[in-house]
Amino acid sequence: MNPNLISNELLIEMYKKMLTIRRFEEKIAQLFAQGLIPGLMHLYIGEEAVAVGACMNLRKDDYVTSTHRGHGHCIAKGGDLKKMMAEILGKATGYCKGKGGSMHIVAPEVGIVCCTGIAGAGIPIAVGVGLSIKLRNTDQVCACFFGDGASNTGAFHEGINLASVWRLPVIFICENNYYAISVPFVKAFNIKDIAVRAQGYGIASAIVDGMDVLAVYEEVKKAVQRARAGMGPTLIECKTYRFRGHHEGDPKMGLMYRSEDELREWMKKDPIVKLKMRLINDGTLSEREINEIEKEIDAKIKEAEEFAINSPYPPLDAVKEDLFIGG
Amino acid sequence: MERRELDFAEAVREAIKQEMQRDSRIIIFGEDVGYFGGLFGCTKGLQQEFGEERVRDTPISEAAIIGTAIGAALTGLRPIAEIEFIDFIGCGMDQVFNQLAKMRYMSGGQLKLPVVIRTPCGSRYPIACGAAQHSQCLEAWFIHTPGLKVVIPSTPYDAKGLLISSIRDDDPVLFIEHKFQYYARRQPWIRERYPKLIEYVPQEPYTIPLGKADVKRDGEDVTVIATMMMVHKSLRVSEALEKEGISVEVIDPRTLVPLDKDTIIKSVKKTGRVIIITEENLTGSVASEILSIIVENAFDYLDAPIKRVCAPDVPIPYSPVLEREVIPQEEDIEIAIKQMVGV
Repeated sequence: MNPNLISNELLIEMYKKMLTIRRFEEKIAQLFAQGLIPGLMHLYIGEEAVAVGACMNLRKDDYVTSTHRGHGHCIAKGGDLKKMMAEILGKATGYCKGKGGSMHIVAPEVGIVCCTGIAGAGIPIAVGVGLSIKLRNTDQVCACFFGDGASNTGAFHEGINLASVWRLPVIFICENNYYAISVPFVKAFNIKDIAVRAQGYGIASAIVDGMDVLAVYEEVKKAVQRARAGMGPTLIECKTYRFRGHHEGDPKMGLMYRSEDELREWMKKDPIVKLKMRLINDGTLSEREINEIEKEIDAKIKEAEEFAINSPYPPLDAVKEDLFIGG
Repeated sequence: MERRELDFAEAVREAIKQEMQRDSRIIIFGEDVGYFGGLFGCTKGLQQEFGEERVRDTPISEAAIIGTAIGAALTGLRPIAEIEFIDFIGCGMDQVFNQLAKMRYMSGGQLKLPVVIRTPCGSRYPIACGAAQHSQCLEAWFIHTPGLKVVIPSTPYDAKGLLISSIRDDDPVLFIEHKFQYYARRQPWIRERYPKLIEYVPQEPYTIPLGKADVKRDGEDVTVIATMMMVHKSLRVSEALEKEGISVEVIDPRTLVPLDKDTIIKSVKKTGRVIIITEENLTGSVASEILSIIVENAFDYLDAPIKRVCAPDVPIPYSPVLEREVIPQEEDIEIAIKQMVGV
């Protein structure tokens, strides 16, 4: 990795994106605690470097498949905060008119074409996106996000194998946060790194510090270049950690099955703090500029919150709409 | 002018071929569909004509086959995915009922999924005994999943027109082909017994709208609602009974989602007597659903309790004598009709 190749503008953009995700998720946690959110919330706090590091390599016309813990992917790919927040509150103005909720926010206008709550299910769908890219003969790519838990599904095996056989432009990004709800990595895997499985499918792979946005950025960049050049898929394992429970309301924020020491150690690696320190130490941003960025982001989050809260619920007639195109 | 006749697989193949010639976004893939041309020959010659990019063999990976169809459809293609036997669809079922069926609705209508899943079902007794995992009729699973259209043609003419409609439809369609219907060319006795399994099919592409039942035979005394192979069996029985003075109307719904309730109800009001004949296991069947619809909409017109003729609630056994016992046969249909009209 050569950090000198990364421009200051890009670093600032990464910082802003990560901080936006963090603030968005904190707002969701707060609204959830106030009883304003009707559904299950799986927050991305702690994992921001993965979505941002990956998506900074993507163009608007590149695709993403997302997961139950998907807010970070949507923000990183350029999704609209107001429509996201409204969807999460179940409002008519949300991305999915209130029919999808947190786990199913798709934003086709920025390439998010799939967001599924079934672990691993997005993997074969990303393969189809890759096939479509190949047959339409464009140089787009598809970034497919999933977790360590999803890596033990049959869909993972079937999907990655097929993407390899057909040399499709898909980047499989495994967000290994070490817990499938409560089940720790060591009870679900007899290997140290998920990325070693790539060898079994004959594809390239990498293991990345998922708490370092630049490391993620660099590794995904290589994979995207390979994919655009027709050199097939890559499996990138990002070692990361969620700072909150599996979902809001997870007893003791996940400390029933994780130790406080472990959480504390991972929180020391906070990717946002790390980048912020670098920006300040490099002299890229002053304290004042950092404060301005924070204010700007807080204002956007507040605007999204107000939009969502003031939006109406969907009309009851909507129940029967959107099943089929022909009615 | 000579009238060109096709069997069921030829009609399916012609529909796919003509649609692929018309629209380069259409691709087809599945186990053995490429070089080999499909286990039942439905894709024979397509890879030779359209190339390996558009006609693809896949590994044995049902979840990947269906998921790939979804992803391709989401991003501009119009895929046809083949699941080699409907019995295998369980291996990819999450992709069918949680992903394919729900994605449009849960996206608030943002996504479009023009996917066709073609898959053969049903018993091949007495041609080949497929036993419990290669003989099932599972269409009821899919009508219970909102978001899927379900098409179950019985004749070559219907197969071509309905498949073209399914391919042109912008919603997901499960296109189920009863595999006994593939054999009329190879086994002349089948054609003799069920003449509509090889019939005139126009060369030019045509569509049959989804949601339109077909009255396969007009009659006055009793309405038989039958699907797939049971249409052919019912027609044969009905012709024999005509000589005994019993007039049977045979209705083939052709598509289960959407279902043409009007044609069914109209016939029920005319005859007042109904028998529903399907090859599925009885409990929770399509037959049960159609029965419920009739009871809700035309109870006052019924002169006798509705009968269902279906397979009993057991897996399909292997031995030919047992398989014959489980699958509804013509004598079962004959007995049911005679009981219904009180002969």
